Amino acid sequence: MRAELDLERLYRVALRIRLVESRIAELYPEGKMRCPVHLSIGQEIPSAIFEQVKLPGDTAISTHRAHAHYLAMGGDLPRMIAEIYGKVTGCSKGRGGSMHLIDIEKGFLGSSAIVGNSIPVGVGVGYTKMLSEDGGVSFIFLGDGAVEEGAFYESANFAAVHRLPIVFILENNLYSVYTNLGPRQPTSRSLSELAAVIGLKSEKAEDSNFQDTFMKMQTLATYARNRMGPTLLEISTYRKLEHCGPNDDDNLGYRLERETKEFKDVDLVQRLEVLTGKSSQEKKKISAVLNQEIESAFEFAETSSFPSYVEASEGVYAS
Amino acid sequence: MQVNSASEILRVLERNLRDNPKFLIAGLGVTDPKGVFGTTLGLEEKYGSKRVLETPTSENAMTGVGVGIAISGYRPLMIHQRLDFFLLAMDQLVNSAAKWHFMFGSQQSVPLTIRLITGRGWGQGPTHSQNLHSWFSHIPGLKVVMPSFASEIAGLLQASIDDPNPVVFIEDRWIHNLSVEANDSRIDQSIQLGKANICHSGNDITVVSSGYMSVEALKAVSFLAKHNVSAELIDLRTIKPLDLDTILYSVKKTKNLIVVDSGNEIASFGKEIIANVAMAIDVPLANPPRLVSLPDVPEPTSHGVIGEYRVSATKIALSIIEILCVDTPHDLIKKLTPFKEDVPDSSFTGPF
Repeated sequence: MRAELDLERLYRVALRIRLVESRIAELYPEGKMRCPVHLSIGQEIPSAIFEQVKLPGDTAISTHRAHAHYLAMGGDLPRMIAEIYGKVTGCSKGRGGSMHLIDIEKGFLGSSAIVGNSIPVGVGVGYTKMLSEDGGVSFIFLGDGAVEEGAFYESANFAAVHRLPIVFILENNLYSVYTNLGPRQPTSRSLSELAAVIGLKSEKAEDSNFQDTFMKMQTLATYARNRMGPTLLEISTYRKLEHCGPNDDDNLGYRLERETKEFKDVDLVQRLEVLTGKSSQEKKKISAVLNQEIESAFEFAETSSFPSYVEASEGVYAS
Repeated sequence: MQVNSASEILRVLERNLRDNPKFLIAGLGVTDPKGVFGTTLGLEEKYGSKRVLETPTSENAMTGVGVGIAISGYRPLMIHQRLDFFLLAMDQLVNSAAKWHFMFGSQQSVPLTIRLITGRGWGQGPTHSQNLHSWFSHIPGLKVVMPSFASEIAGLLQASIDDPNPVVFIEDRWIHNLSVEANDSRIDQSIQLGKANICHSGNDITVVSSGYMSVEALKAVSFLAKHNVSAELIDLRTIKPLDLDTILYSVKKTKNLIVVDSGNEIASFGKEIIANVAMAIDVPLANPPRLVSLPDVPEPTSHGVIGEYRVSATKIALSIIEILCVDTPHDLIKKLTPFKEDVPDSSFTGPF
């Protein structure tokens, strides 16, 4: 277990996610990635901190906005890009697309397009970790919208009843698609307090406070790891691009002015560059290495074949 | 000595808990004093509360939990005492369980069995008696099993548990009381999912049915056999996968078809069978095929009208003689359903 947050590593992991997502956004208009993409630009920090908290034997499960979680868990980059391109070399053989990523070897057990849908599955995984006493933790990523689904309440309740080794990482980006929390939840009610009442040991953090978010995530993960019970960390974060797709969406005018100033215009990856004292030359060098890796992932995707219809249709049932 | 279907289910669950440490059962009531109509009694005491898991009243999440357990190398079996409550779990059934294997590139399978019990006793009414097997059969990735007779329920349940895919196992409440001799050689035969059974041979008409409807249909065809009507009864056992070959082979011989479906008529599985026969068969039928099912009406609760609503041996027999234009005494046919239609036999005294 890591005692302190490694800022250098946080920077590199967050930057890698940023560059991958930016390249997807850049190339998306070519029309070769023909599936919905929910990009994590602006929401890199929770995943990059998670990257320093997870341990071998842990598993993670995620949502429609899964790229950052998958990459932070160590998911194979070329296979993720190939999946978005709909190629047979994709992590789901082209049957799942951006919203259905998986890398079993790395413990990334899947992601779901339906809000709240993957939460109980992650709880089931946690139940088997309790049965097998293998020491691992089941991490479940979710957003503020999923808290409005019955599946969240039902799952958290069951996890609490059985004190399962589960950490819920709740990224609160204030929006469900383009609808602010205002009409969706009582303004006076905190998500982490709600979770605490259900029976999850809960904390709240802001992604801009790297150290605090890390310490809280680490503490909550250790709590679950020591079989004390399930936990939840609510992290305030902010999505910079449109809900689904590669574009800036300021033209829609739905963001509050305060949010634009406090969150959208603040670049936490840049802040990490400053905090880690990167010279512009070092910055270029790190980006160049990452971009090379990313380019080869895109090339892998571009040059891979599409799945055959026969092969795909034979994959419905296991034998 | 006789055993009934409920005790047969209990025997299979016990055997799997004993032999496979990765097998577990879960559901609301699996540890309660009634033990899901006696089918889970005593299991918690023997195998502990982690593998005989009492659950919160959370159908949707618990189904997802079952998926999570299944992809982790375990074999969960989940139980719902009324199918109607399971409607809250459609997201996890349809979007998770059924598609997991396909949408993640066939890397993980979901060996999850879901026992759903359909109500038929006293006044089960609009929301306690629905037969929605047709819905489940519509979803790629699911298998749908509908056991009928006590001699086969163990084999069908074991095949469902052993299957690497999610299986919806639909038990009509009234099959629980059906019995068979304990030393009957059939009770431990292995049964392949997707293989129908001809439970009464005949030449004049093919009757296709499943679940409890096969019990009623068998009464009807056995009676008619004594009155020179030779009907062939095919008990599907599993509606998905469907054993179309056995149906076609029989219909080619009899040139007449009746399908009995315990669900409502519109978009029913019965019509799926009729459509399949119409599309596949290369000999003309002697008469238009017929569907005997529930009307497009929810089940009324009143026992004053339930007899008109439900499908019984009498209705099936009347349909058969109507198609074949044979003259069989109606008063005798009416005696095929000697009890009120809200009880399976004289021993049933409600309420559930």
